[in-house]
Amino acid sequence: MSAVLILGATSDIARAIARAYAKAGRDVILAARHHDRVAPDVTDLELRYGITARAVEFDVLDTAGHARFFDALGMLPDTVISVVGFMGDQATSERDPQAADLVMRSNYVGPAAVLAEAANRMAARGAGVVIGISSVAGERGRAKNYVYGSAKAGFTAYLSGLRNRLAGTGVRVITVLPGYVKTRISEGLATPRLLTAKPTEVADAVLAAETGGRDVLYVRPIWRLVMAVIRSIPERIFKKMRI
Amino acid sequence: MMLAGWGRYPHAECRVVAPRSREELLAAIGNEPSLIARGNGRAYGDAALNADATLDLRHRDRFVGFDDATGVLEAEAGTLLADMLDALVPRGWFPAVTPGTKFVTLGGMLAADVHGKNHHKAGAIGDHVESLRLAVADGSVRRCARDENPALFAATLGGMGLTGVILSARVKLRPIETAYIRQETLRARDLDEIMALFEASRDWTYTVAWIDCLARGRDLGRALLYRGEHARREELPDDRRAEPLRVPPRRPHRVPIDFPALTLNRWSVTAFNRLYYGRARPGAAIVDYDRFFYPLDAILDWNRLYGRSGFVQYQCVLPKSASRAGLAALLERVAAAGAGSFLSVLKLLGPGRGMLSFPMEGYTLALDFPADPANLVLMTELDAIVAAHGGRIYLAKDARVAAADFRRGYDDLAAFGAVRAAVDPGGKFASLQSRRLGL
Ligand SMILES: Cc1cc2nc3c(=O)[nH]c(=O)nc-3n(C[C@H](O)[C@H](O)[C@H](O)COP(=O)(O)OP(=O)(O)OC[C@H]3O[C@@H](n4cnc5c(N)ncnc54)[C@H](O)[C@@H]3O)c2cc1C
Ligand SMILES: NC(=O)c1ccc[n+]([C@@H]2O[C@H](COP(=O)([O-])OP(=O)(O)OC[C@H]3O[C@@H](n4cnc5c(N)ncnc54)[C@H](OP(=O)(O)O)[C@@H]3O)[C@@H](O)[C@H]2O)c1
Repeated sequence: MSAVLILGATSDIARAIARAYAKAGRDVILAARHHDRVAPDVTDLELRYGITARAVEFDVLDTAGHARFFDALGMLPDTVISVVGFMGDQATSERDPQAADLVMRSNYVGPAAVLAEAANRMAARGAGVVIGISSVAGERGRAKNYVYGSAKAGFTAYLSGLRNRLAGTGVRVITVLPGYVKTRISEGLATPRLLTAKPTEVADAVLAAETGGRDVLYVRPIWRLVMAVIRSIPERIFKKMRI
Repeated sequence: MMLAGWGRYPHAECRVVAPRSREELLAAIGNEPSLIARGNGRAYGDAALNADATLDLRHRDRFVGFDDATGVLEAEAGTLLADMLDALVPRGWFPAVTPGTKFVTLGGMLAADVHGKNHHKAGAIGDHVESLRLAVADGSVRRCARDENPALFAATLGGMGLTGVILSARVKLRPIETAYIRQETLRARDLDEIMALFEASRDWTYTVAWIDCLARGRDLGRALLYRGEHARREELPDDRRAEPLRVPPRRPHRVPIDFPALTLNRWSVTAFNRLYYGRARPGAAIVDYDRFFYPLDAILDWNRLYGRSGFVQYQCVLPKSASRAGLAALLERVAAAGAGSFLSVLKLLGPGRGMLSFPMEGYTLALDFPADPANLVLMTELDAIVAAHGGRIYLAKDARVAAADFRRGYDDLAAFGAVRAAVDPGGKFASLQSRRLGL
């Protein structure tokens, strides 16, 4: 059965993605730091969906180890999805370069590097799909979260370039741009209902994009419009809005 | 955040803690001075509300083990019944007991010791639990079964989260040949007829009646009885026999807005009930399990039909010997008030299991009322009728009963209290409901 590798498997969004893919009959590899934490998910996925699942150790920051990580898998998955991300605390990131560095590496440098490694191997094979979970936060720098947002912007641009480079090789690159998602990170926040997706919606959209051939998708779709408006505001006005 | 039960009455501002890992869950139980577990919020009233800390268990929803030979499933308490059905019906297994919605969690089913249309044959869900793991007030985890911590086991089934937090459980399912039910529909013109039909249908696995609670006089107790058996493969229509365990997926509808409470009144309900009773086709049919067990689940958020102020479901059970008189009195009172509901359900239950568990041998009646002042008064009158006939109120539906009326119905409260005093002397586990009832 064709397999999907999910990087950052402890997150709510990743759990939903794993279930959606397993339900579709795909074998699943869950990659996480302290991967023993996802052992119960491995059992759950196998029992529910009758597929094969396993857990592997993975740290996105260990870019030097990414090649070894793929070697150790013993196979090259058909699909690789990076859900990895780290919001950090904006105020801390503004003052503390180490903190900002961690946010940038966790959202951009690490995920870009690992998906590039996967894509290069897939290109050699002539087939595969890599999917990056970025964010609408990368569509415009905002006072409230620009450190995280800038890293996501880098990741989004990287995915765009990767897609461009690999067009025609049989490797597809999909960029996922969620808006608000109800996860452990955003639980306390009161976000507008219409703009807030459940993790299962992200999962279903990702799977649909893979099967349906989309390149870039917003979850929910209304975010495409929202971000178009936000991007269109002239900088001299935007800078005073502090949103 | 603002929380309520399925009836959306009452509301309370609650601090919600939603642990992902087992460690987070145990830490929350250790650290919070006062809390209550919450599953999928399908109890109607205030059973799963605690302002200090309401523990949302829906992320604790993994299958832990399943034995294809015996049909025993072990799962975390937040696992949805809908997910169990999705995974296990295709493999030929069905829950031994199911409530009228599949959007409940395993923990919620156990904590309410839910009953289904087969209670007279199969008992409550607690009768099919092999063991459970309970996190108690001192932070320890106890395995409970019939032969291990038996008193705590008995008190936890039906205990409405007041003995601790169920972490996981092992439940036994029943084998099925198909995902379909062979259903018969029968009409009863009055209370005597429907009660006779229940008696005559004792051998059927599933029985339930919809009762027209606005019918009066000669028509009092007019009802439709549905009875069903798991269909065998050869009973299916030809085109279903190749894949007897597969049900074509249905697209659920969603109620998008709160209906103005006005749409539900004596006239609209009377008209609906007349139509429903008149249109029903007595006879036999093969229906899929979703349509037989979960007809309301096809309309997501149907609770919004009752408008913003919400509604209360009133469910009681009367001892069998007092059922005829008690039901007549209850139905008379409701019909006189003209306060009836679309969803009035009657069912004959088998013997119960004690402690806080609701079922006892006799008839159970469930009615929905918009939560307005007149209906709240009406329900206290119904309480008096229930008490006078030796009956009791179902906590999973309750949002308003007075402590004294509740207590008269349950004769095992001392035993329940003793278990709780031993395992939770400080009263850490508490809900708005338990405080109201002095539990
Ligand atoms: C449409 C509909 C039809 C229904 N039909 C029936 C029926 O036919 N028969 C029947 O018996 N009931 C029926 N019910 C009631 C429902 O089955 C119960 O209220 C059930 O408890 C709801 O489960 P939940 O997961 O939503 O729990 P919640 O509503 O979230 O909680 C209910 C109670 O369980 C406790 N609880 C939840 N999880 C745990 C846990 N892990 N550990 C300890 N305590 C816990 C809570 O503290 C609370 O006291 C119906 C409800 C609806 C909405
Ligand atoms: N929630 C939202 O509103 C929202 C909106 C837009 C985009 N997103 C994106 O969606 C993704 C999932 O977010 P979430 O809300 O579910 O938050 P989350 O729970 O914090 O998810 C982040 C995931 O990344 C993992 N991770 C972080 N650093 C890692 C590292 N060095 N190595 C390996 N894994 C690492 C985390 O694992 P650990 O458990 O080990 O920390 C976690 O599984 C993120 O990329 C996020 O940016 C979320």
